[in-house]
Amino acid sequence: MAGGIKKFVVGCFADEKVLFPAVKNVRRAGYKIHDVYTPFPVHGLDHAMGLRETSIHTAGFIYGILGTTTALTFMSWIFTKDWPLNIGGKPHFALPAWIPITFELTVLFSAVGMVITFCYLCNLAPFIKKHHFHPRATDDLFVMAIECTDKTDDAAVQNFLQEAGATEINVQIAESGWWIGRYDKEQKLYRDEKGY
Amino acid sequence: MEHRFEVPGSYKKWTWGLIAVGVIALLYGFIMYHPFAHAGHGENVNSTRFWAVLLQNSVYWLLTVNAAMFFLCVTTMAMGGWQVSFRRVTEAISSAVPILGVITFVILLAIVFGNRTDIYHWLDTEAVQHDKILKGKSGFLNPTFFLVFSAISIGLWWLLGRKMRTLSLQTDEEAMTYEKGKRWVWNNTVWASLFTVTFGLTVASTIPWLWLMSIDAHWYSTMYSWYTFASTFVSGLSLMAIYVVYLKNQGKLEYVTDEHLHDLGKFMFAFSIFWAYLWFSQYMLIWYSNQPEETRYFVDRIGTAREAGPYKGIFFFNLIVNFVAPLLLMMKKAPKRNWTMMTFMAVLIIFGHWIDFYQMVMPGTLGAHAELMPFEFGIAALFIGVIMWSTGRYLGKHSLLAKNHPFLKESMIHHT
Repeated sequence: MAGGIKKFVVGCFADEKVLFPAVKNVRRAGYKIHDVYTPFPVHGLDHAMGLRETSIHTAGFIYGILGTTTALTFMSWIFTKDWPLNIGGKPHFALPAWIPITFELTVLFSAVGMVITFCYLCNLAPFIKKHHFHPRATDDLFVMAIECTDKTDDAAVQNFLQEAGATEINVQIAESGWWIGRYDKEQKLYRDEKGY
Repeated sequence: MEHRFEVPGSYKKWTWGLIAVGVIALLYGFIMYHPFAHAGHGENVNSTRFWAVLLQNSVYWLLTVNAAMFFLCVTTMAMGGWQVSFRRVTEAISSAVPILGVITFVILLAIVFGNRTDIYHWLDTEAVQHDKILKGKSGFLNPTFFLVFSAISIGLWWLLGRKMRTLSLQTDEEAMTYEKGKRWVWNNTVWASLFTVTFGLTVASTIPWLWLMSIDAHWYSTMYSWYTFASTFVSGLSLMAIYVVYLKNQGKLEYVTDEHLHDLGKFMFAFSIFWAYLWFSQYMLIWYSNQPEETRYFVDRIGTAREAGPYKGIFFFNLIVNFVAPLLLMMKKAPKRNWTMMTFMAVLIIFGHWIDFYQMVMPGTLGAHAELMPFEFGIAALFIGVIMWSTGRYLGKHSLLAKNHPFLKESMIHHT
């Protein structure tokens, strides 16, 4: 949906030690890395890929402020305007009593907001599908997908990956964004290959 | 790189300078404030001031350095590895516990045997007989129990802390095999947990009741000990951060990176918020459950709606320095990795919690007569000097790196 059909050269690496210099060399050669899929979080890979710092904490801060204001305005409206109650003779505008609720709403808003933002940024949701470049990316292979443009010579990219130490290289034409529905024939690109 | 630290001349100059200033302040107080004058409440304000300031400073600085050992023990128990590369700094700070413990105990002895009813009202046996509340508490608040329990607590911090330091220094002797390392980690964890249990039963519960809360003997708060603990823990962490930055600036602590400082900053940030949570809860529990008799503590400080109390400014200054400032200034990642910013925040936090202890001790003893003059700061300088002396001595004597610690590798590759 979001991306469109594109051509990718996919290289699979057996080890982090090979992957790191490969990432560095591919970037230096000027190829565009679409993404690197690893079986587990690899420390420092984001740095090597040149990804920018996440701004999810800024989003969290804004959600938190939103929670604080929601709680305070809502409670002050209820207890002073809408339905004033005499609770133990305390003032209607009882700020100390509201602090815990304000705190809880701040935490709730920022936590839930950050989770939703994270899922949105990663395209994670029920029924959302994304193209898998290699099934073993969730098992034991480090999979690097390089995006090709019209001018890219994909044979040269394949040779480059070969030299960088990739154990398995192929070219895939795939949807780069997400879609709703089922996996279809695009999957066949590697399903038909020997060994699966 | 050499893991030895030669204490530089400037450090020694500052240490002895602060101690000299402190000794002058102490002598000045000794001569001018008549510390052994009659202790009637409000009669000899200066003599009360002398003891109140000594009590505030000794308890604050003792609990602060002791918090460094607590940090070491809890991270050990949590099987933490990241603190290993700077754990000698933590040990060095905690090496001030024995000397500050002795000083504190001498001050407590002087207060109790001097029958300073202006500091601890419950020392007045005559008044306690006619006071239902104090009579009810007299099983706990009496000189014998007070002194024996204080002595046991200080003694246990001393001995268990020394054991932790000895275990750490043992690793310097020779490289450990896998089996030996495993045994050492187990042994170290057991001693760390013994310290932590002791700490929980003293600092986090009974000791603040005895030393500080009993100044306002009629009042009580179940939050008080946690509040005191949070205060001293965050200042202990700040002290560690200052020393880490100082030693980095001296070109030492090769394996301590911005990652470690970042984590120390997270601790300082988190425990400043924890402190504010307790600061508020202490008020909230009394306010919400409608206990007018317990509002005394706050009336003494912030006053009433009709008349502002003498400590209103300090009370809210306290909240700004210890909560609002760390919350806003340390929230982002960059300040926690900035040496200057971390030093500034650490100094601010240590000062803020010193003020916090000031407003814990003074209203119940001096009331409106409390002052914040060179004498108060001079006594603080004395204690800072003593901590610097003890810490510097430990750092100069031992290797700055626990080089055979089984978790050292984990600390070297630490990544937040």
